[in-house]
Amino acid sequence: MTVLSASGLVKSYGGVKAVRGVDLRVDAGELLALIGPNGAGKSTCFNMLMGQIAPDAGRVELLGADITGQAPRRIWRQGVGRTFQITATFASMLVRENVQTALMSRHRRLGNLFLSATKLYAEGALALLERVGMADQAERPCSVLAYGDLKRVELAMALANDPKLLLMDEPTAGMAPTERQAMMALVAKLARESRIAVLFTEHDMDAVFTHADRIVVLNRGRVIAEGEPADVRADELVQRVYLGGGTMFGHV
Amino acid sequence: MDFSSIVVQFLNGLAGASSLFLVAAGLSLIFGVTRVVNFAHGSFYMLGLFLAYSLAGRFGGTPTGFWISLLVSALVVGVVGALVEIVILRRTYRSPELFQLLATFAVVLVIKDVALAIWGADSLLGRRAPGLSGSFQFFGKVIPAYDLVLIAAGPVVLGLLWLIVRRTRFGRLVRAATQDREMVGALGVNEAWLFTGVFFLGSFLAGLGGAIVLPREPANLSLDIAVIADAFVVVVVGGMGSLPGAYLAALLIAEVKALCIAIGDVSMFGYTVSFSRLTLVVEFVVMAVVLVVRPYGLLGRPSATPRAQVAIMAASRPPRGRWILLVIAVLAVAPLLIDRYSIVLLNDVLVFALFAASLHFFMGTGGMISFGHAAYFGIGAYAAALLLKRAGLQMEVALTLAPVAGGIAALFFGWFCVRLSGVYLAMLTLAFAQIAWSIAYQWDALTGGSNGMVGVWPAAWLADKAAFYWLTLGVTVVGVLWLWRMASSPFGYGLRAGRDSPLRAEALGIDVRRQQWFTFGVVGAVAAAAGALYAFSKGSISPDVMGIQRSVDALVMVLLGGVHSLVGPLVGAAVLTWLQDEIIRDTEYWRGLLGLAILALVLLLPQGLAGARDLWRRKPA
Ligand SMILES: Nc1ncnc2c1ncn2[C@@H]1O[C@H](COP(=O)(O)OP(=O)(O)O)[C@@H](O)[C@H]1O
Ligand SMILES: [Mg+2]
Repeated sequence: MTVLSASGLVKSYGGVKAVRGVDLRVDAGELLALIGPNGAGKSTCFNMLMGQIAPDAGRVELLGADITGQAPRRIWRQGVGRTFQITATFASMLVRENVQTALMSRHRRLGNLFLSATKLYAEGALALLERVGMADQAERPCSVLAYGDLKRVELAMALANDPKLLLMDEPTAGMAPTERQAMMALVAKLARESRIAVLFTEHDMDAVFTHADRIVVLNRGRVIAEGEPADVRADELVQRVYLGGGTMFGHV
Repeated sequence: MDFSSIVVQFLNGLAGASSLFLVAAGLSLIFGVTRVVNFAHGSFYMLGLFLAYSLAGRFGGTPTGFWISLLVSALVVGVVGALVEIVILRRTYRSPELFQLLATFAVVLVIKDVALAIWGADSLLGRRAPGLSGSFQFFGKVIPAYDLVLIAAGPVVLGLLWLIVRRTRFGRLVRAATQDREMVGALGVNEAWLFTGVFFLGSFLAGLGGAIVLPREPANLSLDIAVIADAFVVVVVGGMGSLPGAYLAALLIAEVKALCIAIGDVSMFGYTVSFSRLTLVVEFVVMAVVLVVRPYGLLGRPSATPRAQVAIMAASRPPRGRWILLVIAVLAVAPLLIDRYSIVLLNDVLVFALFAASLHFFMGTGGMISFGHAAYFGIGAYAAALLLKRAGLQMEVALTLAPVAGGIAALFFGWFCVRLSGVYLAMLTLAFAQIAWSIAYQWDALTGGSNGMVGVWPAAWLADKAAFYWLTLGVTVVGVLWLWRMASSPFGYGLRAGRDSPLRAEALGIDVRRQQWFTFGVVGAVAAAAGALYAFSKGSISPDVMGIQRSVDALVMVLLGGVHSLVGPLVGAAVLTWLQDEIIRDTEYWRGLLGLAILALVLLLPQGLAGARDLWRRKPA
């Protein structure tokens, strides 16, 4: 079942054509890796899918419904969770409270001015933290966490709405190699268990080739290859542009 | 209104625009490079005008002497600005941005009293420029010759600044720093030197703006606040960091004002609308309109947008229940033990504690800055007075409805404000507060104008000072506890989420703008409750209840007590109210002393009074 399908996405910043006509499709339970050199347009694609920026052209569909140009909060309500390249969490809150806030939002409780929220959805939050392996750090302030742990908190928050689609922009950036494999294994497990479609970008090729079901290679805003990991690895153009001798187009 | 008077007012507007532009350009430069919102900029203008008055009065008999006097005045102000940067602000760059604001407020207070000591409280009109004191005829109207100098001054200075910024090394650094702070560090520039230089230049421009209006405007002590409000408006309308934008905005505002004067009184449908009296409101209306249409100002760009967020604070928890009960108990029995005067003072403390707590919620939990919080306090006070005196309602009913009025007004203002963020949002709150003030000041028939309203007394059962005090205590306790509860309510979590990370909040389905909008309504209602209590406790009100000074007081209370602590605003309100009462009695220079006290505090205790406790705790360890 196709969860996400995007067609003809275009975005330019002034003179810079960041994305020039990208098509993407992700199925339920599938891990799709979007790879490409720095500046290829990966983050820009993510931002268009989740509504942080509006595409100049193109269309985004979630389970067949058009969500192009909708506000991120609307898209989230329809079942899209996201993690950011630079982690975004609520620094003044405890880890548990971060997830509680996500749950309060899901249940539309944020208009309540009188109730004490300290216990609200605490159990649900702990359960989510358990799933990402962060339950033991639930009572720590988010501001003191290691970077890799923050990424897990973000994941727990993204899962709070039982998403049908997860968008993960560099989910393992800033992590140690062993940590990376563990994180990707976790994501893969969640995707299989809950039939979540996952679209992620990643620089660590080991992680990509181990866990992705399919790979889309982006360069200078265009898809240059697409397919199963083995095919992509064998693709000559990809070899040259990206995987080969380390030469990259565009920015380094 | 005829054609010639429109032309004359147009020229008048051009002349007015130049001085406004000089001040605003300086403010914009300083902000662009150092990210300091310099509240003392209006004071620099005032100082320039006073200095020019004295110097030109002594040496200005000849044209050369006159112009040199003006230039020297501006240079002296530039040096004062550089000193303020070196001695005070340099120590605050690592503190939360709001501390720099507080420090510049303190400088405002100090300069005001220094000026009071040197030049006295009366308005002083300076010497005419030798050789330019005449006037000429234009379409049958008289135009002062000096206005031509003023008209030329704006574009000339704009041109010179453009050359400096575009063609010199200093200018290149200024541009680099304005666009990208890190880049300056990367270039290996000595930031301290750059900042001092920019402060010198910016203050010099403010001083010059003041000095050149010498033959036209009398120097007086209220110019500082009036000019800073104008300059803020110009900078925001023009776009932060844009010099041509500042000139365009100064021109726009000066011309719209001049047009209002030219139109004068207009009779419509049996009412007479006095446009000439609308000048106070009109610049703020222009600003509100421009900001809603172009959130970054006429020529501003989003990248130069200041973040100006309250430093993210730890989720501070309220004190333990038994401490709260103890404090309430002590406050409840206090009237039995103290004299009448002290009861009244304590009543004021409670009223301002509630007011400051509402601002604290807005800033601390909401992460927004308000430069115009007095608007809601004042609307509460006026609503109470109007409902009592004009609508003839009972005092109890008026007191109950006042917060509703404040909340509705705040929702109205907030609807515009939440479309912006950071300093822009703060400026818009100031604009709305000034509009509210102007309405109260000018609508004689309804509000009693500058005299305000008298006879706003509470019901008979509250006539006794102690009885009214207990009412105040009750309302304040309920209000403060509700604000504290709200900080940990689902609403509070949603609000903090939007403050900590708008990106993440939106990606979790949180409508950040709506949370902020409701916050306006909530704090507006609470502040209005405080304002209504204030009105009934004094028995009279005047537009001062919502003047800029009161907004500043509220900010000082919050910052004095410490943004990081829930009890901070309460402590700050108590200390400031008590201090004002103490030093007003003993000296006419209480503002200056208060300013020095604030400076000492900012430099020694950057976490506020409530933060001193932590310092104390940490020390022995
Ligand atoms: N907000 C922006 N303004 C201007 N250019 C941008 C902006 N965001 C991204 N770009 C440009 O768009 C291109 C793609 O960027 P991005 O999507 O972040 O790439 P990736 O995530 O693949 O590294 C780059 O050339 C980048 O410089
Ligand atoms: Mg990226």
